[in-house]
Amino acid sequence: MEIVIVGAGVIGLATAWRAAAGGAAVTLVDPSPMSGASSVAAGMLAPVGELTYGEEPLLRLGLASRDRYGAFVAELEELTGLDTGYRTDGLVQVAFDADDLRYLDDLRRFQESLGLPAEALTGRECRRAEPMLAPGVRGGLLAPRDGSIDPRRLGTALLAAAERFGARLVRRRAARIVVDGGAATGVGLDDGTVIRADRVLLAAGPWSADLEGLPPGTVPPVRPVKGQVIRLRTRVPFLRRTVRGLVKGSPVYLVPRADGEVVIGATQEELGFDTRVTAGGLWELLRDARELVPGVTELEFVEVTAGLRPGSPDNAPVMGPTALPGLIAGTGHFRNGILLTPVSADILSAMLLDGPVPEIAGLFSPDRFSAEVQA
Amino acid sequence: MDKLVIAGEELDSRLIMGTGGAPSMHVLREALTASGTELTTVAMRRVDPSARGSVLDVLAECGIRVLPNTAGCFTAGEAVLTAKLAREALGTNWVKLEVIADEHTLLPDPIELVEAAEQLVADGFVVLPYTSDDPVLAHRLERIGCAAVMPLGSPIGSGLGIRNPHNIELIVERANVPVILDAGLGTASDAALAMELGCDAVLLATAVTRARHPARMAAAMRHAVEGGRLARLAGRIPMRRYAQASSPFEGLATS
Repeated sequence: MEIVIVGAGVIGLATAWRAAAGGAAVTLVDPSPMSGASSVAAGMLAPVGELTYGEEPLLRLGLASRDRYGAFVAELEELTGLDTGYRTDGLVQVAFDADDLRYLDDLRRFQESLGLPAEALTGRECRRAEPMLAPGVRGGLLAPRDGSIDPRRLGTALLAAAERFGARLVRRRAARIVVDGGAATGVGLDDGTVIRADRVLLAAGPWSADLEGLPPGTVPPVRPVKGQVIRLRTRVPFLRRTVRGLVKGSPVYLVPRADGEVVIGATQEELGFDTRVTAGGLWELLRDARELVPGVTELEFVEVTAGLRPGSPDNAPVMGPTALPGLIAGTGHFRNGILLTPVSADILSAMLLDGPVPEIAGLFSPDRFSAEVQA
Repeated sequence: MDKLVIAGEELDSRLIMGTGGAPSMHVLREALTASGTELTTVAMRRVDPSARGSVLDVLAECGIRVLPNTAGCFTAGEAVLTAKLAREALGTNWVKLEVIADEHTLLPDPIELVEAAEQLVADGFVVLPYTSDDPVLAHRLERIGCAAVMPLGSPIGSGLGIRNPHNIELIVERANVPVILDAGLGTASDAALAMELGCDAVLLATAVTRARHPARMAAAMRHAVEGGRLARLAGRIPMRRYAQASSPFEGLATS
């Protein structure tokens, strides 16, 4: 079985690893692996902390992925000898003022109605858990099983794992889908060469619909949603676990890592393919982070980046066979790509290799948007 | 239902929607459809008109007219520039004019608002200003040529409803342009009250987009606006201190 995967972000890489390990000859096509949202993402693994009304299917997928994460990372680190910065020390969600606390109470009731353990904390308890929090925080919620991972380390390890099983990386841009007899039979690169394949996986995030030769409506509308993210560094113990906060209704998070990195995110902007970092974006992130954790302004500045999340109409990923035989979609992971990597790799590699596909995949099929206009 | 007329344009729906706070494009589409709205406002500083799959595409596919707004502007200068960019990008000279005084209350800055409105009216815009519930200011905005006035019920996104119904009535009494209650509505009865007070339309976003079931709340708002409008046209009875039997006691059958 010859497989071409367009896009070497975490979804493409993890699927390449699983498919190559399953015996397929895999070629990854990406001019610059891990250059999209995967390298900007903070890496929160927070299906519970990020729960939204009406997105219960996404919650189920997120929980399924979180449950797979421990074994997934253990296998990956064992195989490659690389550390991924995986942590399972929970996530504390904090309310800055009384309005924010009312919102968190509502979220807690929603979590409980879905059978999820949610521990309500007073402001004092929040600060006992995280002493760097501002004295004025009103209360919070602890999601004890949420966690985080370093997406850049994860990407490096996934590429090494895929290559260990013989996957080949071609650093070129995929320009077109090759269609013969009504089926996808390969990918044409920007230098004119063609890589033939039995199956093609489209995992190019918000660029997935850009390939020439895609029949109209093949790929559901996935749009870029910009996020700006700041990376800082601390030399002293700072936060024990991920802190997510609402500050006067505006969400912000701080993700600490064992190596001293602290990631602050993220804006959510509908501005097309724009990756400019803006003064206002930085200001809002730092303003809200400082309200929650005043000491944050003492940390060393490392980097600021903007990435484009692939957003589908219902915020959930688009995974499965498309209307073009031989072409499988694996995009639309939006705010949850890092969290959803293990389960997506299992689903997509099973689809590529005709193996048993996890049942939950049926909720994320590309044809669910048939009533809406396709890209 | 009688038609709403703004700047000579007729609309069958008296519910104008906003898009802010929608959890996803799919939910937004369902909510807009359920609301029956024909006019929806979009923050021009938050969208790129050339991007595909954006909220503007959702509106186009639903056949809903776009009302660009200047949310996020703190000065008349920014608001005027944003309105001009919107006119260029979307080809409409309608604008919901928003000039905010501070991020804490999001209340309008009346002085900057009047300044921006004057400039935009002079430049040929159809200006729909988001204003406080001050009858004097509302009248002033009408006098300088605004096509409607949009007083708030309470601060944006607060869901506190109409905190000063008396002022809204005063604005309605004096206005010769449509009065659109904008901001602060929390649930259907708030929208019905706005219409009963004599407002010509209601503009809301958060009450729907952040509801547990946005499409259901959108339908509730649609019915509330229609119900409130009908009640206004029907004319409510005067309030009485004591009961008055709806059927007469006199002339009942006696032996």
